[in-house]
Amino acid sequence: MTSITTENAIEARQIVKRFDGDTAVDGIDLTIKRGSIFGILGPNGAGKTTTLRMLLGIIDPDEGERFLLGSSDPISKSHQVGYLPEERGLYQSMKAFDAIAFMGALRGLPLAEGRKRGRQMMQDHGLGDAADKQIRQLSKGMAQTVQLLGTIVHDPDLIILDEPFSGLDALNQGKLERLIRAQADKGVTVIFSTHVIAHAERLCEEIAIVAHGKIPFTGKVSTARNRLRPQVHLETRNLDGPWRSSIPADCEPLGHNWHFTLPESGVEPLLHALVEGGAGIQSLSIERPGLHDAFVHIAGEAVAKKMDEDAARDSLGDVA
Amino acid sequence: MIGNFMETIRAAFVIARRDFTAIIFSKSFFFFLMGPMFPLGIIIVAGSLGSQVSRDLDQPVIGVALSAEQSDQLLVAKTELSKKLGDRAFPELLMLPNISPDATDMKSQLDQDGKSLNAIMSGSLEAPLLTGSARDVNRWKGKIALLAETALSDTITVPVKTDLLAQTGSSNKRNQLLTAQAGQAVLILLTMILAGMVLSNLVEEKTNKIIEILAAAIPMDAIFLGKLFAMLGMALVGIAVWSSLGVIGITAIGGNWGALPSPAVGWPLFCIFMLLYFSMAYLLLGSLFLGIGAMATTVREVQTLSMPVTMGQLLVFFLAYSSITKLGDPIEWFAVAFPFSSPFAMIARAAQMDNIWQHGVALIWQALFTMLIIRFSVMLFRRNVMKSGPSARKNGLWKRLRGA
Repeated sequence: MTSITTENAIEARQIVKRFDGDTAVDGIDLTIKRGSIFGILGPNGAGKTTTLRMLLGIIDPDEGERFLLGSSDPISKSHQVGYLPEERGLYQSMKAFDAIAFMGALRGLPLAEGRKRGRQMMQDHGLGDAADKQIRQLSKGMAQTVQLLGTIVHDPDLIILDEPFSGLDALNQGKLERLIRAQADKGVTVIFSTHVIAHAERLCEEIAIVAHGKIPFTGKVSTARNRLRPQVHLETRNLDGPWRSSIPADCEPLGHNWHFTLPESGVEPLLHALVEGGAGIQSLSIERPGLHDAFVHIAGEAVAKKMDEDAARDSLGDVA
Repeated sequence: MIGNFMETIRAAFVIARRDFTAIIFSKSFFFFLMGPMFPLGIIIVAGSLGSQVSRDLDQPVIGVALSAEQSDQLLVAKTELSKKLGDRAFPELLMLPNISPDATDMKSQLDQDGKSLNAIMSGSLEAPLLTGSARDVNRWKGKIALLAETALSDTITVPVKTDLLAQTGSSNKRNQLLTAQAGQAVLILLTMILAGMVLSNLVEEKTNKIIEILAAAIPMDAIFLGKLFAMLGMALVGIAVWSSLGVIGITAIGGNWGALPSPAVGWPLFCIFMLLYFSMAYLLLGSLFLGIGAMATTVREVQTLSMPVTMGQLLVFFLAYSSITKLGDPIEWFAVAFPFSSPFAMIARAAQMDNIWQHGVALIWQALFTMLIIRFSVMLFRRNVMKSGPSARKNGLWKRLRGA
């Protein structure tokens, strides 16, 4: 077992994983600092879950090395880690508070303490009446909450959530977002994977974009967004005049509306040129690109489309 | 290293406690406890079959201490009668030319275990004296009289005098053989009934996706070990209940516990060995079954695997059973050394040999092999089911071995 002294919660170097000859993860490098909320974005099948499973030590990579809380043997750090897998699973005959205690006990929390905390946590999350019910008697949402509470019952330093919003309705998604923020406020590192960009955009300080088993981008959300210039939406009275030289030459109007990328010179010179050049500004808005635009730019149109489809399917599943 | 081991044991007990309580407090456990009503019938049938086998395997031998002339006459008479009544109708006759027909120390001759004599016929054909245990003498007295009458070609009835002794070396051996057979039969039956249940033990975790949570939290060895401990615990609870009911039942119908033939190591130690060897047999076969069952993805696959696994079990049991009368022979040594048959062969030894230290060696050997199977099963499970790559620990070891 190798260990490194690091301020990083996760460090992966050129990890590779193949299944039956197909490369699922293709030489990923990833560094996640302690104390941050980190999102791993990508469509289904991009390699997010496989990456997380390798980082957690559920499976070993075929090549490369990874360190979790400084150790190359992630299981040895399991007492400090909480993990919510994508495919939820609980023992159906267990009582809810016992299931939470059991998950804590797996990670070193004494069973009696786990039971006490389990009851309290269920009370705090409005599920006090369900504490003594068997898992099979709970609704899907309640069971997911129980599993989530089991993930954090032992007060881990690092929480890894694989598609945590999947299958939750809007109300529970909101609760989960609050819970993630609360954990981060306590100094816990939270890493989650998602194919819904909005969650990452709202919660994360840093992200990694995963596509085709590779990570084309990792860094701050703002850095990803800054890769694109802001977009200008302009409505003018006049379709021609000296002002036209201030916007890109290839920009074609849609009626009296113009959409183009903000020139390098910035907003003020543009505004001045439009006014001075007699554009007759009806309306003008400058939009900073969202993470979705950045994702399309970084991962490509096809990957972004696939991710949008996954998200749509997911929300349809919620409705169903 | 020790920290890792302790963590594995701690985690194994978390799994064991969950599984154990889940089983014990389920409704189906009641039916499990009721289950042995059927095997009880099988035990009775197997017991009678066993005694038949015992009789077949253990051809009785009567020593003949007569004059040379009368000994020859007796052999001729036996040959003649065997043609009419069959070879098995009479005991084997072993001539004892060095013992005087009138010697008075026949009992001491019988007590020499090495000779394996059931009884000794001495005196003369006209007035034979049969010395042996009451059981053997009563069994063979008539046949000896018939042989003597045929040898004398006379119509007169030959009175056979008898000299009874409490127990001969041979009857002692036979009793211990019976204990060995009974002990082994109980062990085999219990293992056969209970160990097979381990086969489907990881199916719930795989179908419910709980395996992902377990695999991320604790070493895989701990999952396997915990499941084995839980199932062993459940089996021991069952055995305790059945044994108690058995003791109560036998006592209630006036059974005589003192009539049971004593094993070579004595009853208290024999009972402890029964418990230990059952545990080891269970852990050995259980770890193998758990490993095999873990490869299966559905209950149907587990059911398909049950048959070849049962066949394998039977082969092991036959090996142990066939070696029971061959103490010290290569086949018996093989049964002792082969891990899966070792507990059964060793319980037979406990019944027939008073040597204690060999059991310590056997138990350590069996425990080590159990750990080896678990390690191997875990390796296969991680590679084939979890689709894991080469272990980081293994990589580390390999690097260290290479001096990197």
